Amino acid sequence: MGQKILLTAKEVNIILHRLACQLIENHLDFSNTILIGIQPRGTFLANRLASILKEDYQIKDLKVGFLDITFFRDDFRRGEKPLEANRTEINFIVEDKKIVFIDDVLYTGRSIRSALTAIQSFGRPAEIELLTLIDRRFSRHLPIQPDYRGRQVDAINNEKVVVNWKENDGEDAVYLERK
Amino acid sequence: MKELSVNHLLGIKYINKNDIDLIFETADHFKEVINRPIKKVPSLRDITIANIFFENSTRTKLSFELAQKRLSADVISFSAAQSSVKKGETLIDTVNNILSMKVDLVVMRHSNAGAAHFLANNVKASIVNAGDGSHEHPTQALLDSYTIREKLGDVGGKKVVIVGDILHSRVALSNIYALQMQGAEVKVCGPKTLIPKYIESLGVLVEPNLRKALEWCDVANMLRVQNERLDVNYFPSTREYTQQYGLDKTLLDSLNKEILIMHPGPINRGVEITSDVADSNHSVILNQVENGVAVRMAVIYLLASKIKQ
Repeated sequence: MGQKILLTAKEVNIILHRLACQLIENHLDFSNTILIGIQPRGTFLANRLASILKEDYQIKDLKVGFLDITFFRDDFRRGEKPLEANRTEINFIVEDKKIVFIDDVLYTGRSIRSALTAIQSFGRPAEIELLTLIDRRFSRHLPIQPDYRGRQVDAINNEKVVVNWKENDGEDAVYLERK
Repeated sequence: MKELSVNHLLGIKYINKNDIDLIFETADHFKEVINRPIKKVPSLRDITIANIFFENSTRTKLSFELAQKRLSADVISFSAAQSSVKKGETLIDTVNNILSMKVDLVVMRHSNAGAAHFLANNVKASIVNAGDGSHEHPTQALLDSYTIREKLGDVGGKKVVIVGDILHSRVALSNIYALQMQGAEVKVCGPKTLIPKYIESLGVLVEPNLRKALEWCDVANMLRVQNERLDVNYFPSTREYTQQYGLDKTLLDSLNKEILIMHPGPINRGVEITSDVADSNHSVILNQVENGVAVRMAVIYLLASKIKQ
């Protein structure tokens, strides 16, 4: 199994700051915006962006939630492995708010499709945007594109993009692994 | 990745502690789902479920139906009273006829112990036992334990007394298995005629005095006197039963400690429990009903995920 580094800790940090600035451009003081990390791996990116926005750009009252999409997935009973759920934490009214979905890797787009359905259980948002750290283009199954992307990656189907976070995996880094 | 060790939920006796933990973790997620503005998820939209009730039920039947609908399953419900069972159709014929309508999962209540096993051995569908005679009622025991876990943090190490008609109660037997599996201590309390002869072989102690039982316990599960199953007189009169085994406010207040009062329903108000106790803040009876939907969603979701396409 070969492994190639796509982003180092330093590069991840630069990209996170750029993404934070792009969010500020569109959402200013975030008074009408909710950041939603997609469970499980999108939550790390959402928390990281939130702390940059709060500490480096003095955004107050930033609303961050987590959305689990397990029960909305389209592959229930289709895979070998059972699906395991995670915690959903959305303690805000989403009605008429701007939502930014945050996930680490955008691949087939099916998770985001599920998230678009799942969020409707909480109300009707004014608009929904998508932010991903890694955009694996040419591998989409659905017409879904990110509004904010960290890095575009051309990977073939037997390759896997692995995103590591310091708080969970001991380092910030992105790898391309060949199975 | 975790999954249940069984393909049917026939009783607590046939599952293990890991299964219970998995059901509770999954139920936590569903409890969050049923408190959303839109309380429905699409997971089971290609699953069809038949609810077959050969015995009367309000809570369990509604709770199962609601759980199935919250998961987007297609549901058909059937009560024996209005069916061809009255014309003499056998259980297996009834169920096979329903299954030929392409049903994936069957929830059944039946007055004979072992009816759910019989089905599981003879038909091709996942079976959930919603009560078989005086044998088991696994989802009730699961929601009781889930409620204890929610209110007291953990089931392990807790002392639970089950009061009333233990002999005819499937709730009691399932609860005993579930509570012991999770490390709780269980005592039973009731008239000697309504305590099974060999109950102590399950590791359950009998406490004939209600006050002593309540002073010992953290949780009291008050069972209903099942008049419909009492073929002979097991105690002299309802009045005498109430005096010895009924829980009222005076008794509860004299304990000088907080205990959790549970009841699987339906309540005979003024018999095993008075209204002021049933409606007091010690009582978690309505929490049990709410949790029932989440726990049944978890059971059905986990069983359905094992049905191969």
